Order: sequence, then structure tokens, then C-alpha cells
Amino acid sequence: MDATLGMAKTTETAGAPLIQSEINHATPVRARDVVVHYGTKQALFGVSIDIPERSVTAFIGPSGCGKSTFLRCINRMNDTIVGCKVTGKIELEGADIYDPSLDVVELRARVGMVFQKPNPFPKSIYDNVAYGPKIHGLAQSKSALDEIVHSSLRKAGLWNEVKDRLNEPGTGLSGGQQQRLCIARAIAVGPEVILMDEPCSALDPIATAIVEELIDELRENYTIVIVTHSMQQAARVSQKTAFFHLGKLIEEGKTEDIFTNPKHKQTQDYITGRIG
Amino acid sequence: MAGYLFLAIVVLATAAYFVGTMSGRRLVPAGGEKVHSLPGYHGLLGAFAVFIPAAIVLLLWLAFQSRIVDIFLVNSLPSTLIEGRGTGQMSLLLSEIRNVAAGVVFSEPVPDVVAAAERLKSFREVSEWIIAALVAVLMLGGFLWVRSQIAVRFRARNAVERVLSGVMVACAGLAILITLAIFFSLLYEAIRFFSVVPPLEFFFGLRWEPQIAIRADQVAGAGAFGAIPVFVGTFLVAAVAMAVATPIGLFTAIYLVEYSSDRFRSIIKPTLEILAGVPTVVYGFFAVLTVAPAIREAGGLIGIVMSPNSALAAGLVMGIMLIPIIASLSDDALRAVPRTMRDGSLAMGATPGETVMKVLVPAAIPGIMGGVLLATSIAIGETMIVAMAAGLIASLTINPLDSVTTVTVQIITLLTGDTEFDSPKTLAAFGLGLVLFLMTLILNVIALTIVKRFREQYD
Ligand SMILES: Nc1ncnc2c1ncn2[C@@H]1O[C@H](COP(=O)(O)OP(=O)(O)OP(=O)(O)O)[C@@H](O)[C@H]1O
Ligand SMILES: [Mg+2]
Repeated sequence: MDATLGMAKTTETAGAPLIQSEINHATPVRARDVVVHYGTKQALFGVSIDIPERSVTAFIGPSGCGKSTFLRCINRMNDTIVGCKVTGKIELEGADIYDPSLDVVELRARVGMVFQKPNPFPKSIYDNVAYGPKIHGLAQSKSALDEIVHSSLRKAGLWNEVKDRLNEPGTGLSGGQQQRLCIARAIAVGPEVILMDEPCSALDPIATAIVEELIDELRENYTIVIVTHSMQQAARVSQKTAFFHLGKLIEEGKTEDIFTNPKHKQTQDYITGRIG
Repeated sequence: MAGYLFLAIVVLATAAYFVGTMSGRRLVPAGGEKVHSLPGYHGLLGAFAVFIPAAIVLLLWLAFQSRIVDIFLVNSLPSTLIEGRGTGQMSLLLSEIRNVAAGVVFSEPVPDVVAAAERLKSFREVSEWIIAALVAVLMLGGFLWVRSQIAVRFRARNAVERVLSGVMVACAGLAILITLAIFFSLLYEAIRFFSVVPPLEFFFGLRWEPQIAIRADQVAGAGAFGAIPVFVGTFLVAAVAMAVATPIGLFTAIYLVEYSSDRFRSIIKPTLEILAGVPTVVYGFFAVLTVAPAIREAGGLIGIVMSPNSALAAGLVMGIMLIPIIASLSDDALRAVPRTMRDGSLAMGATPGETVMKVLVPAAIPGIMGGVLLATSIAIGETMIVAMAAGLIASLTINPLDSVTTVTVQIITLLTGDTEFDSPKTLAAFGLGLVLFLMTLILNVIALTIVKRFREQYD
């Protein structure tokens, strides 16, 4: 019961102030006044943003401005960092994800994550993808599990490259393939939102292009948030862009607006390469 | 004498260092060429040149001089004194001469012996003069050589580097040499044993009764040297120990890596280190005085009569001894799994427990296995606990409640007390020792290979 997120929960907790009186399904993730401290050091200063559904939102900004920190707030990976304290409110489909009664395990199944450095488990390719479905009990039979693994690999655009070597270790793939394996692994759990923290920064240009294309395809079914240092990448793959600076969200908006017509001086300086 | 010589070498090497440094400092760049090496390198090289050859020669002299002097001494003995003596009596005679030379006289020595003692003294004196002269010449030569080399473009720095790497190779080689020496000395005695007792009987015999007669008139068993019961006993105790140590050590490590607060870890870690530092004799007391009686009482309560010495008691306590080793090696292995692996699993919605069991432990399994094998080889070779808490009778059993004996315990009992060095009973100890050595060696090699392969995995 605790774990039930979404509509049921919010209607139950009558009186709990919602951000808007109406739940708008077009923005599955809403953050309001998110403040993060690492110990005594404040890393985020009141970030509020809506993440639109089935589209790619890019976080850009100079190094150390808190992009990763904010991204990790959305699936509560900050919980694993000792001394990290998050205040403010983040809602997923209208339910507060920092509600103490919420099951963080279930949250992370709904909000998947892809890391900067490809981190496949030292298991076979098959087992890497099957890991999530297994622990969450998503498949009742071997054939159902096979089906999940195969379709996830297909969605991640990796199927043709690995279909003959599913039992070989995932760590034996190339860097780009490993990153797509990690994406397949995240997809296999059936998340609604996928967070990607500089997913291409360890990849060469060709692998990057492939992953970018993949992100563009995944947008049809998933809400994607991507942190990137590459302005071109943000411009290529995202529909919405948010610019962070020194722990604050300076500006957010449609990607083409941000890049062609930034309202703030800092944003303009950053995208023209003057700060960062 | 050797002590003074060594002191002289050290003092002069130090002096050579300072002299070398000075002359290095006085070097003036000439013709646009830079001085190649810092003054200190010239000094160091001088010190090495004085110290190393002289010290090596001195060590060799220490090792061999008494033997060489003995040869001269024996050759100088009058034939009347030597006649009719076997090797044993010959060495008696030599030690008598040595005693007389040292002024220790038990009974009035015969004049020939007194004369021999005088000769021994003079031989020794000569040998000391020779070595002193040799050392002096070597030191002087080394010093002069370095002096002559010191120049603007002399590469003292590179030479020092070569000397140092040579010294390191020598030290590393020493370990290998000693291992080989141990192996061959064991092998030598073991071959003597196998010439008395056929290997087939030793490796496949089911009876171990080494208490054979030493003298013809002694009452004793005929002797049987089938080592199977001894090895079965060893493995039984080791198996009990590993059954205790592996899960506890592994779970301790998992707890420390994944769950514990920093404060708790700061208590547990030192405690484990203390446990690792407890002398095995103390574990032995614990086994005999606390664990064994407790087991016997517990057995009595449920109606099992047990011997005071049981494989269980020895194995349990040995297991406790091994917990720190397994815990610390598993801890290393788990910590070596990259953090990203853990984050990856947690981010998929796995609980910390699932993450440990399904990702971290499998990733760390080679390192953990290495630790377990290392601990097993310690368990097999462990002596004190089993000597105190396991039995002496070699019974062929796999019941941990029975009393068993182990290889190490048998070696102790075979070699202590009234023994003669060529009876099969004594030699049997070397047979056992050799097999033990080989077993632990192989286990260690496997363990280290596994650990090494594991280390490479994440680089
Ligand atoms: N685990 C941590 N402990 C303490 N401080 C941290 C931790 N992680 C991040 N910080 C601090 O929080 C601030 C924001 O870091 P964050 O990693 O979110 O930046 P970022 O925008 O992702 O930077 P980059 O582009 O370099 O990845 C930085 O000042 C950083 O030093
Ligand atoms: Mg970052």
C-alpha cells in the first residue's frame, strides 16, 4: 500500500498541498524548491522545474553547478551518499517521492538511470538485462523473461550486435555497446522516466551518434532527462533545456528558444562559450 | 674479529660517502658540459664500492672459514690419532680439540690433542689475518676505483641505480632461494624415508602406527606408515574450521562494506585485527579449556559420549582464528568492486541486500575464493591449536565428534622425545612434512593466481 504511487495516493492524502490543483499528465516529474546539502555545503539553491512527458529534457551548465545532483534527486540516488540532505518537493505523477512512506525501491524501478561511465555488471549480456526483471519479479516464466530481454535489447538498438553472444560477458563489449547495454538494462524494468548523466562522455563520436539516435527513438515511449556538457548534443536530442549555474536553475525553456534566444546573460555567455 | 671488520667496513663506507660527495661537489663544468650526477650520487657510489664487495667476502668467510680450517686441522693430525675412528668419533675428536683450544678442559687431554689445539689456534689466526687483509684490499680498491671514475660526465646516478636494482634483485632472489632450500632439505630427508617405507604404503595405507622399536630389546609395535588417516584427520579439522570461518568471515566483510556505520566499523576492524594477532597457543588454551569441555557437556546432555579431544573443538577454534583473514580479504575484494557497479544495481531498484548478493559478491567471488583458499592452506598447516586440542591417535573417521590427529601434530610427536635420526619413525616426519609443504604450496599458488586475475579485472 505504501508503495502505491500515483493518483490513488494523492487523492487519499487530502489536504496535502499539490503543486497545482490539477494533475497534469504532460509533466510526470515536477520539482519545487529543491535544496540539496552535502554535509554543510549547499549544492542546490531552490530548483523548480517541470519535466514534460515523452520528450527529452537536457540539463546543461558548467561543471559543478549541480546538474548531476539534481538528476540524482529524481530517483533518490542521493540517499546512497552519506551526508546528502534533500529538501523541497519532487513529485512523480503527482506523488511526493520524498514521502517517508514511499518505497524507494519501487521508485527506482519507475525512474531508471544510465550513468556517465558504462557500468555493466560482470555477468553475461543476457543476465545484465535480465537482472532488473528478475529482482522485480516481472517475468513469470523463462520465456517471458527471454521476451523482456530480447525486446529491451531491440529497443536499445543492440539486438543485432549481440543476439549471437547473449551468454558472453557484458564487460566484453565495446564502450558504446556497453552503454547501450546499460540503456537496455534500464528499459527492461519498464520505467516511465530514464535519467542519463552524461551518457556519451566516455564514448567516441560514432558511438555517441548511435546513442543519440537511440535517445531520439526512446522519446516515443519514455520521459528522458539527460545531463550533457555538449551544447550540440543538447541541441540535437532535447526538446526542453534547463541551464544550471552555481546550484541555481537560471533558465529553462524550449531547446530552440534557449539556444537561439536566451533571456539571461549567463545563459547566453555559457552557450556562446564564455563561461564554463 | 668479524664484528670489528664489519664495523670497519661500515665506518669506511660512510667515510667514502663523504669523500665521494666532496669530490663530486668540487667538479666544475668544463667545456660547456653539465656535471652529470649530483654530488650525493658520487658519494653513494663510493660507499657501495667500499661496502658491497668487502661485506660479501666477509660473509662468505664467516660461512666457510670453520670448514676450511677443519680440513687443514684434520690433515695436520698425526695418523696415530686418526687411526680407527669412524665419522662419529672423528667429530668427537674435533670438538674435543676445539674445546681445548677454547680453554674448556674436562679431562686431561693427550699431548697430541693439546698440540692440535695449538695448531687450530694458529690456523684461525692466519685465517683472520687473511680475511682482514682481503677486506682491506677490497675496500681500498673499490674506493680508488670510484675516485678514478669521478668526472664531469661520469654517470654516477645511473650506476647507483644499477647497484640498487641489483641489491633488490638479490633480496628478492633470496626468498626464492630459501624456499628452494627448504624444499630440497625436506626432499632429501623424505627420499631417505621413502627408501625405508615404500611410497605406496605411505600414500595409500590405512594404518598409522609409527611407534616402532628404536632399540632391539624394546617392546613396541611393528609400525605402520599409512598416512591416509592422518591426512583425513587434517582435512576433517580444516573442513570444520572453514565451515566456521567462511560464512562468518564473509558476512562480516559484507556487513562492513555495505551496511555498517563508520562508528561501528571503527570498532569491528581493530577487534578483528586483535583476533588476528592472538598467538595460536592462546587459541589452543581456549580450545582445550573452554570449547572442548563445552562440547563434551553439550554432547552429554543429548546423550552422546565424546572423547575429550574432538576434531570439532579444534576445528571450531581454528575457524575463529581464520575469521579475520577471510573477513579482511573478502573486504578487500568487495571494496575493489567499483562503486558504479553498486550504483547501477541500486538505480535499477535493487535493495542493498540484492545488490550485495547478486552483484557485489559474484563480482568479488574470485577475490573471496582466493581468501578462502589461503585460509584453507593456513588451516592445513596450523600446528599449535591441533597439537593442544586434537588427539594423537590416528583413527580413520570423518565424524567431527571423534578424536583425530593431523599431519602437523604427528610431525611434532615424531620429532620430540627420544629419537634417532635415521629411524623410519623420525624420517616419517619428513615424509609428512614434504606432502604438507607441497599441498599448502599448491593451494597458495592457486589462491594467488585467482586473486591476481581478480585484481586485473577492473583495471
Ligand atoms: N558526493 C558528494 N559529496 C560532497 N559534495 C558533492 C558530492 N557530489 C557533488 N558534490 C558537490 O556538489 C556540487 C554539484 O556537483 P554535481 O556533481 O551535481 O555537479 P555537476 O553539475 O554534475 O558537475 P559535472 O558537470 O562536472 O558533472 C559540486 O560543488 C560538488 O563539489
Ligand atoms: Mg555530473
